Amino acid sequence: MRDETGSPAAAVDTAVAAYALRLGDDALIASHRLAELVARAPQLEEDVALSNISLDLLGQARSLLSYAGRTEEQLTGVLRTEDDLAYLRDEAQFVNCRLVELPNTDFAYTVVRQMLFSGYAFELYSALTRSADETFAGIAGKAVKEVSYHRDHAAQWAVRLGDGTGESSGRMASALEAAWPYVDELFAGDDVTRIIAGAGIGPDPADLRPAWDAFVDGALAEAELRRPQVPAVTGLAGMGGRDGVHTEAFGYLLAEMQHLHRSHPGAAW
Amino acid sequence: MSERMDDWPLWEVFVRARRGLSHVHVGSLHAADAEHALRNARDLYTRRQEGVSVWVVPAARITASAPEEKGAFFDPADDKVYRHPTFYTVPEGVEHL
Repeated sequence: MRDETGSPAAAVDTAVAAYALRLGDDALIASHRLAELVARAPQLEEDVALSNISLDLLGQARSLLSYAGRTEEQLTGVLRTEDDLAYLRDEAQFVNCRLVELPNTDFAYTVVRQMLFSGYAFELYSALTRSADETFAGIAGKAVKEVSYHRDHAAQWAVRLGDGTGESSGRMASALEAAWPYVDELFAGDDVTRIIAGAGIGPDPADLRPAWDAFVDGALAEAELRRPQVPAVTGLAGMGGRDGVHTEAFGYLLAEMQHLHRSHPGAAW
Repeated sequence: MSERMDDWPLWEVFVRARRGLSHVHVGSLHAADAEHALRNARDLYTRRQEGVSVWVVPAARITASAPEEKGAFFDPADDKVYRHPTFYTVPEGVEHL
């Protein structure tokens, strides 16, 4: 038994559970946004490509949420399964970054969201392969290959659309402007990431930024697009996705994602 | 984007299942360019570990034999059984053949 009095070991376990939860939420919500496009992608081959990526992300989400639940159980004695965490939490209990919840306004928005997020996920999982935590290292070892392809897929589309027609380039510029305010949140640190970095479990998010900048700037240059000059969005009283403060679109996403499980508890196939 | 779909050319996809085997035609797909075709091929035809290598070829660049010329093209080979190595008997005592 661990005590609840704030021993260092308990603090690290608490941080591990919180960290796994936010990474799992990122993957889950990114996955769901792509799942919305199944049978609705602009083109049949792209439909399959996006479905594959969505399923990769869902697999990562399952591993991470299960791990969050198991770690939390050690502290509280109460187990929440991956399904409990995915389907039975309310909006303010989700700790994903807001970037992944941005809607598929048009295909350019999907491409931009995927490019910015996959670029981050690639650097994150690359760093996590060296984690002192074996579970994170194992999940990252598998995920890094997946997100490497996601990143490539999105960057290819960014170039194709950005360096395409006036219409496609304009839509990419609009999508970049809409998504860019949510970039800083990816690299923001807090108590959780400080404990995680201090224990050698994961990176300081700010350390991931230079490589991400290089990747995104390279893709944008090839796509003949520019970084939009828009300020970062803060949430309520400076709080954001990691604090459970989300964008307006998120409630609608959750309603659709959770309604079946909540209407038919325990539904499975 | 539906009108764009018609603009995308058709590509034929060849997958090598494993090292030492030949690439085998597995199907076709639409894509805007070669790199796009390669990625679509990866997503459509190798998602169940079917391959270790993929080729994509613009369908328009393939020159194919015409079905109506099948007779002139292939039938003359029907009675040339001597073209098969099994036609010949190897004489007794011949080594290294």
